[in-house]
Amino acid sequence: MSQSRLLSVLVENKPGVLQRVASMIRRRGFNIDSLSVGPTEDETVSRMTIAVHVGRQQAEQATKQLAKLVDVITIDDITGLRNVAHELVLLRMHAPPGERTELLNMVEIFRGRVVDVAASTIIAEVTGSTEKIDNFIDLMRPYGIKELARSGAVALVRGDQARIRVLDFANGDDDRGAVPQAPAGAAGDQMGNV
Amino acid sequence: MIPAAELHPAPRLTGAQIALECLIREGVDTIFGYPGGANLWLYRWLPEYPQLRHVLVRHEQGGAHAADGYARSKRGSVGVVFATSGPGALNLVTGLATAYMDSVPIVAITGQVPTTAIGTDAFQESDVIGSTMSVVKHSYLITRVDDVAATIREAFHVARTGRPGPVLIDFPKDLQAAVTAFSYPEGPARLRSFRAPAPPDPAKLRRIAQLIREAKRPVILFGRGVVIAQAEEELMQLAHLAGIPVGWTLLGTGAFPVNDPLALQMVGFMGAGYTNKAVCAADLLIMIGMRCDDRVTTRIDSFAPDIEHLVHIDIDPAEIGKNVVPHISLVADARTALRELIPLVEPKREHTWLTRVDQWKEEHPVRFVNHNGLLQPQEVLQEMYARCHDEAIVLADVGQNQIWAALWFSYGRPGLFLNSGGTGTMGYAFPASMGVKLANPDRTVFCVTGEGGFVMNMQEMATFVENDIDVKVIILNNASLGMVRQFQDDFYEGVRSAVDLSFTPDFVKLGDAFGMKAMSTRRREDVGAMLDEALAHRGPVLLNFDIDPDANVYPIVPLGKGMLDFVEAS
Ligand SMILES: Cc1ncc(C[n+]2csc(CCOP(=O)(O)OP(=O)(O)O)c2C)c(N)n1
Repeated sequence: MSQSRLLSVLVENKPGVLQRVASMIRRRGFNIDSLSVGPTEDETVSRMTIAVHVGRQQAEQATKQLAKLVDVITIDDITGLRNVAHELVLLRMHAPPGERTELLNMVEIFRGRVVDVAASTIIAEVTGSTEKIDNFIDLMRPYGIKELARSGAVALVRGDQARIRVLDFANGDDDRGAVPQAPAGAAGDQMGNV
Repeated sequence: MIPAAELHPAPRLTGAQIALECLIREGVDTIFGYPGGANLWLYRWLPEYPQLRHVLVRHEQGGAHAADGYARSKRGSVGVVFATSGPGALNLVTGLATAYMDSVPIVAITGQVPTTAIGTDAFQESDVIGSTMSVVKHSYLITRVDDVAATIREAFHVARTGRPGPVLIDFPKDLQAAVTAFSYPEGPARLRSFRAPAPPDPAKLRRIAQLIREAKRPVILFGRGVVIAQAEEELMQLAHLAGIPVGWTLLGTGAFPVNDPLALQMVGFMGAGYTNKAVCAADLLIMIGMRCDDRVTTRIDSFAPDIEHLVHIDIDPAEIGKNVVPHISLVADARTALRELIPLVEPKREHTWLTRVDQWKEEHPVRFVNHNGLLQPQEVLQEMYARCHDEAIVLADVGQNQIWAALWFSYGRPGLFLNSGGTGTMGYAFPASMGVKLANPDRTVFCVTGEGGFVMNMQEMATFVENDIDVKVIILNNASLGMVRQFQDDFYEGVRSAVDLSFTPDFVKLGDAFGMKAMSTRRREDVGAMLDEALAHRGPVLLNFDIDPDANVYPIVPLGKGMLDFVEAS
């Protein structure tokens, strides 16, 4: 069963890190829903928040392969944890004087704000969960969206602890009760290359 | 008082000198390389370091494979290759990929255009970091001369730690010339992302020992992880202690003595029938240091169907559960895991099981049939192995020659059999064998290859002759791309397409042109004498054997079929 997983990854703040991560994910055939990267409280470290759409076993493979990259310092699968995962959207809306008030009300309901007003358009900004942003965009569509920019999720786990659990595969508990099987999505067939 | 640093100031050296100083401190004695505009400062200083033997290869790919052969055959060492920017560096790609797939520690140092020219499409500039990203364990672009020493230190650490692999350092030309104070980084290299595996969990070890005690039909399969960890002795101990038959992957070949009563053979696609039968009947399968790829499993649902417990031991956590999902896994190197496990295992023998395995051995021997009186490849290999005295290091290239050489490897004790198992790189063995011989000057080295793979890197004959690298090269010449020809005959409707190699050079004349002793025969009765003559000759020898052009690899599992559908020689 395929589901969205949210990975919080601390990486060395070095040139090429983004390419290494993206290249690994592409090469192994994982699908990224969103990826955001930015600085942290430590200037030598950046945080990547990666949303991938994969099955459970594939998610484990993706995190293990990520963990192997030398520039990846720690990786945490925070899917389903009590986390705050927010993204930001900027929407340029068609906003003729007659419809403006209605639009502004909608933005208000989503606790967004208007950050630019021009003769026939406005730019609205909303932050929140991916679901909330999806809803907002759906409701705005009938008014005529002229342009849209989404940041992708950034996330932190709630509570006093800086992180709940750092995945440490070298020392993890891998016991399972399953029998040998092809990983989800893998060709069960023999490749037959020579 | 004058501070110590002022009394003994760190010497001021160029980036190139610092790199060479660091290589010496990493234990490097041999570099395979090729010069060009972007690494000439390294070459300017190289002659001042006679401890570093530089071997001028004739193509950078040959240099990468030679560094690989050096590292595989001198375990614990790291192979080193130099190349210039652009075309030089890009010529390394196949060699890096080969080392990456087979977990071989090498460090490649490539020249790069000056930092000020990077990104301008300067002459011979290419994005080497980008081009090699998916075939290296890690890579570095040096951006400050002050980083040279620490980068080299870390690169060697990454190459040899955990699951080994190739590391590339891209070294801009201006930084090779820039001067700074040199002090060698003290203490071990530290990487905050690297967590050494904890000692194996005692509870898991006890559980594995218990599974061994309870198993009625146990089998061990192992791969190159055992070779890398030098765990041959421990493997033998465990097998004998608990009476467990042992089979191996192509890359595990050689590490367990074929003549041992508990030896199975290679497993899988072109493995021995009796190994496949044992794996399919096993109730407990212990996999050690292997990836379990499609060459091992054949059709995945046919792999070990009767298994009740699958144990997987590997140093790389990402291998656990990648292709098959184990019931118990240990993230550890093979040697550590086995050393901890052995004291917990009770001596035992499942006689019924061992008798059944022995019956399969008799029913499905690895064999060949000579139908037509033409020279068979196995006849050549039997004569060669008879002259290995359980001591020679044997390399094989890719194709039929590789599988024949693997299946006929027959030592009474663990030996080294090296080949490109993961990428299947044709042209690997001949250049790699230079590295093997230079790392093991006192051992006999045989390089088995097809004529197709040999010509892919035959330019290295010049390197062999120039450096008098004493390797005996056995060309199994079937005048075709044999393995592909066999696939076309059996799996692609019998249409032979682009596999004819009857237009291949006269290898005796070719040897002559390069100044390399060369001999050729098509007759069975010449084989032994030719090998003896080659061994008596000091220096490299090329031996061409014109073999039966229709000789095939058996057993083989037809494409898309399962482990027990193997077809045998008839
Ligand atoms: C670089 C490269 N190109 C193509 C292949 C595909 N391939 C695998 S085996 C083979 C034939 C090898 O022929 P030869 O070297 O004569 O050895 P033989 O199989 O005849 O022993 C080919 C073309 C490969 N493995 N590597």
